[in-house]
Order: sequence, then structure tokens, then C-alpha cells
Amino acid sequence: MSIKAQNLPNKSILSLSKRYALFVGLPISCVLVLLLLVWSIMLGAADISTSTVIDALFAFDATSFDHLVIQTVRLPRVVAGAFVGASLAVAGAIMQGLTRNPLASPGILGINAGASFAVVLAVYVMGSPPLSVYAVFAMIGATLAAIVVYGLGSMGRGGATPLRLTLAGVILTAFLTSFTTALLITDQDTLDQIRFWTVGSLAGRDWELFQQTAWYMVFGMIGALLLARQITTISLGEDIAAGLGQNTVLVKGLAAIAVVFLAGGAVALAGPIGFVGLVAPHLVRFFAGVDYRWILPYSALMGAVLVIGGDMVARVIIRPQELPVGVMMGLIGAPFFIYLARWKVKS
Amino acid sequence: MATMIEKNSNLSSNTWYTLRIGQFSYKLDRRTIPIFVILSLIGIGVLVTSVSYGEFDITPIEVLQTILGIETDDSRHELVVWTFRLPRILVAFMVGAALSVSGTILQGITRNPLADPGILGVTSGASLAAVATIVWFDVPISWLPFAAFGGAVIMAILIFLFAWNGGSSPVRLILVGVGLSAVAGALTSLMIVFGEINQVQQATIWLAGSVYGRGWEHVRTITLWLAVLLPITILLARQLNTLGLGDDLAKGLGLRVEFQRVLLLLLSVALAAIAVSVSGTVGFIGLVAPHITRRLVGPLHEGLVPTAALLGGVLLMFADLIGRWVISPSELPVGIVAAMIGAPYFAYLLYQTRNL
Repeated sequence: MSIKAQNLPNKSILSLSKRYALFVGLPISCVLVLLLLVWSIMLGAADISTSTVIDALFAFDATSFDHLVIQTVRLPRVVAGAFVGASLAVAGAIMQGLTRNPLASPGILGINAGASFAVVLAVYVMGSPPLSVYAVFAMIGATLAAIVVYGLGSMGRGGATPLRLTLAGVILTAFLTSFTTALLITDQDTLDQIRFWTVGSLAGRDWELFQQTAWYMVFGMIGALLLARQITTISLGEDIAAGLGQNTVLVKGLAAIAVVFLAGGAVALAGPIGFVGLVAPHLVRFFAGVDYRWILPYSALMGAVLVIGGDMVARVIIRPQELPVGVMMGLIGAPFFIYLARWKVKS
Repeated sequence: MATMIEKNSNLSSNTWYTLRIGQFSYKLDRRTIPIFVILSLIGIGVLVTSVSYGEFDITPIEVLQTILGIETDDSRHELVVWTFRLPRILVAFMVGAALSVSGTILQGITRNPLADPGILGVTSGASLAAVATIVWFDVPISWLPFAAFGGAVIMAILIFLFAWNGGSSPVRLILVGVGLSAVAGALTSLMIVFGEINQVQQATIWLAGSVYGRGWEHVRTITLWLAVLLPITILLARQLNTLGLGDDLAKGLGLRVEFQRVLLLLLSVALAAIAVSVSGTVGFIGLVAPHITRRLVGPLHEGLVPTAALLGGVLLMFADLIGRWVISPSELPVGIVAAMIGAPYFAYLLYQTRNL
């Protein structure tokens, strides 16, 4: 983050030293995130020591109560948090790049609402469906929501302005939420089965649901990282990208599929958690510049940190009860949204 | 004191009448009075249907007889009509009217057809304050409007503060409103997690935007407030016309623009707050009703304000009727029905204004 680099006429050309710093920083950040994971596992209704955590992970002893708690309750929760945070953050980063809109993110643009409505609908129609159904429905809902919001928000001469996209997202969220609530009111069984999930929470996630949804997120993540260079070009302007010979329609389509996999998988696992996808990429841009080959991996780490950190705070402040992590994210993320709307959106 | 009525018309074939009493003049579009009468008739129709509909069926004739105080064959009619059904339906009407007028004012002062107390976040401030009051203090229902009003005013001030950047652009107002309502929503959830379970249950029911179980004390509260706020709005309607011409022209015509804008904004916030305090958050009515009304009676606010009030009231009564009918014997809160109808309309508005 040298001053020299910032004074360059084109910020996308990183100085060699800065690129080196980003390169070395990535493995170091990974280690730091892993340490945070371990710390998060230690926290809980009963605190568990570091050595016990490490033992439980690498030398599991089925007779130890602590080991059982770690393996069946805390570890799945933390890993789920890391996956969800990383996926939402990368999805948000891609959306911001493709629409060149600082406010774009899966929560604000209604994609989370679409995925969660679809899941509630699935539970309502099928009673208690197999867990694999969650992910499929979340994916379908996310896709439809993305199409509707982008369609509504990009009509007209101005294209997809931040205001129109946001309004389209807000409307679709309000619309789908009203139907979700209606379903939950009419059917107590669905409500009972799903209410923990609709607020966006990591509580009670087990390996089974994780296994059903993780594949989608991994798949989306790989796709996103492969497309990083093309996304960078599009984020500079579609004309430029087309001028450089890029097939922008194809890239946008593939990137949109990646977004749907990432956001759909995350929502299927943890319910709608807002603002991670908005905040994480912006925090990353402060130091990683405008190249999505750096923004995407760092966003993934930052998103994991946000969700795990938020979940830790949510578990600690009112022990032994806990807050849903979705509420925590709203408290952190919404002021950030206001900051962006105030300073980063040209009217 | 000269009293006179003039007939004017302009090139776009709009005709309106001007009533002058001394210095005071009141302009009405030609279409206003017939439309008002038609809407009133529809409203009475919806009211009677709504009262007669339910698990215990009462014929419309019997409903009218009971309301007018004529004895009917069945003595239970009076109980069902007066105690259970009429108050909640009247509350739905008044809430719709208040939100609709609130939206009319907001759209007038921001000159933006997409402005609405819900979108701008004013109602979420009101509901946060009301939930805080329910959860923390044990106070009677009649205090809720004051708390809601306080929350709504604070919210409006915050929106203006954060959106102010050498002027308050409509884009920033709306985006900042979206962000602030998310903060208020998160704080409301916090309140619900921390609160006593009994109070929380009360607050949750109330938050869903429902007129279920509303009684005459709610009708009294909202009627009193509307009786004060609505006439003031109608008196100030003329300034809304002038503000609609743009700040510069309005100043040139001798209007104290900033003062009038703050005054009108306070009125709008108060109307939204009173609605929220009685029924919880009901969205989209403040957006949809003024817009339909403008199509029916034109842009002159003297006729627009009372007609929008009537239309908003009738719409919400209708939404309440649908909510009770669609999944009977249980019922959908009116706020949910309003969102189901209102959101697609908003999408349509977004489509219409796509090139603005």
C-alpha cells in the first residue's frame, strides 16, 4: 500500500512491491482466518481450551464429551460460517464488478429473498423434504430473483443505475417476504421447521446439510476465480471489454451462474444473511485495488472473517442465549450501506 | 368578502373550478366531485360486504339495519357487527387514508412519484420506537402514537442529515432511507430477542401490520388525530401545487419554500406515524393510492388529498377483506396483502418511469 502506487495515473497497474505484498499476504491471511476458526470453536456455553480443540480435530477421541461437542456442534457451525461468508462476499464482489454498481450485493438485490422464498415454498409443499432439496430450490429461487431484479432495474435509457437496481431489489424482497410470511402463517408445521432458518443463523447447522450445499459453493467459487480476469475487464467498462475482443455476454452469463451457485448455496445453508456481500468487497478494495484476481480471494477471506466474527460476537454478548448472525450483520452492514450511498453513489 | 366560483380550462382539456372566498381560493378539477361520489359508494359497498363476511354470516341488509340501529331478528348481530367487525374495518379504512395522504405529501415535496413513507424508512423508525415502547414500558395503547411519531421524526431527521450534501437529492434520500430502515429493522430484531416473552409476543403480532382484534379505542385514537391532521393538509394543499413547480419558481411566487417543506414533511411523518402506531407497518398503500388518484382526478392537490385519503382507505379495507377471505378460517395480516398487491404495482411504476 505504498503512496507511490496510489499516485499512479492508472490504479489498476499495481506496483511490483504491492503485488508482492498481496501475494505474500494471501497465505498469511489464510493462516489468520484458520486461527480465528479455532478461537471461534473454543468459544461457547462452556469454553474449551486450545489444546483440546486441536486434539479433537486431529486425534479425535469418541469418549471425550468435549471432543464430541466440537466434532458435532461447533466445528460444523464454524465451517458453515466460513463457507457462507466467503460465498456471499465473492458473489457480492462479482455483482459489483459486473453492474459497476457499488451497492450491488445478493442481500440488497433480492437474491437472498428469492432463494429463501423458494426454500420455504419447498418445505410448505413437500412437508419435510430431503435436505438436498433445500439447495436445489434455493438455486432456482436465486436465479429467478436475479433475472427479475436485473430486468426491472435495467429497463430504460439510463440502464441499471444504483437507485433503480436497489429499488427493484427492495420491491422484490418486500414482495417475496410477504409471501414467505403468508406461507408461514398458514402452515404451522412449516413455520416450526423453518423459523430458525429464515432469520439467517448458523445455529444448529450439522454436517448433513453442509454436505448437501457445500458443493454448490465450491463449484461457484472455482468458477468465479477462473473468471476473475474477465470480470476485471468488464468492471472497467463493457465497451472497453468488447473492444479488447471479449465476449461480454458469455462472461456475464457465466459469472451470473457463479453468483447464483454461491448465493443460492449460502442461503440454503444459513438462511438469508444480508450485507456480507456488500461490505466485504468494499473493505478489500481499500487495499487490493481494482484487480478481481486479488479482490475475489481476499473477499472470500474477508467474508469468512465477517461472518465468523459476527457469529462470535452474537454468541458472546447475551450468553447463554445468542443472536442470529443475520441481525449482527444488519447492525454492522446497514451503516456501511449508508456510507456508500452518501459518498460513493453519484446522483 | 367576495365569494365566487369560476370555471377555467387549459389547453390539455383539463377543466377545473376555482372557489374564491376573499383571499382564500380553492381549485378543484372537474372530475373530482363525481369521482369522490363514486369512490364513496364503492367504499360503502366494500364496508358492508366486509362486515357481512365472516364465519358467522350476516346478510348485507342485516348489516345495514344493525349499523343504522334498526332491530334485527338475531340479537347476536349487534355483538358481531359492533364489537368484532366494524372497529377493525374502520381502523383499516383510517390507516389506509392516513398512509395515502402521507404518501401524497411526500411525493409532492420530493417531486418523485416513487416516494412513500415505507420506502423512505419513516415507518421503520416509527415501528422501532413503538416496539421499544411495548417491550420496555408498560403503557396504554393511546401512548403509542406519540412514541411512533417521535421515532418517525427522528428517522426523518436522520435521513435528511445523512442525505444532505449541499442539498438533498431524491436519489440519496431514497438510498439512505433504505439503509436506515435496515438499521432500524436490525435494532427491532434485537429488541425482540432481549425483551420479555409476553411483551415480545404482543410486539410481534403488532409488527406484522395487522388490524386483527382492533377495537373502538384504536378507532378513537386514529380518528382524533386524522380529524386534526387531514384538514391542515387540505388547507396546505395549495402550497404543494406551488412546490411542484420547482424550488426556484415557488420562491419567485413568494412561497417560503424551506419552511413549507419542513411543515409538510412533519405532517406527512405524523400521518405515517399514527397509522403505524395503530396497525403496525403496512407498506405500499402510501405509494399506490396517491398514484391511482392522480390518474383519476389530476395533479391539483386540493382535490387530490381528500380523494387519495378516500381511495387509500377503501383499498386497505378491500385488502383486509381479501386477507380474511383468502385462507379462511385463519387470516392474512392486511400488511401482507398490501405488499402482495402493492409490490407489483411498484414494479409497474418503475417500468413507467424507466426513462426519467
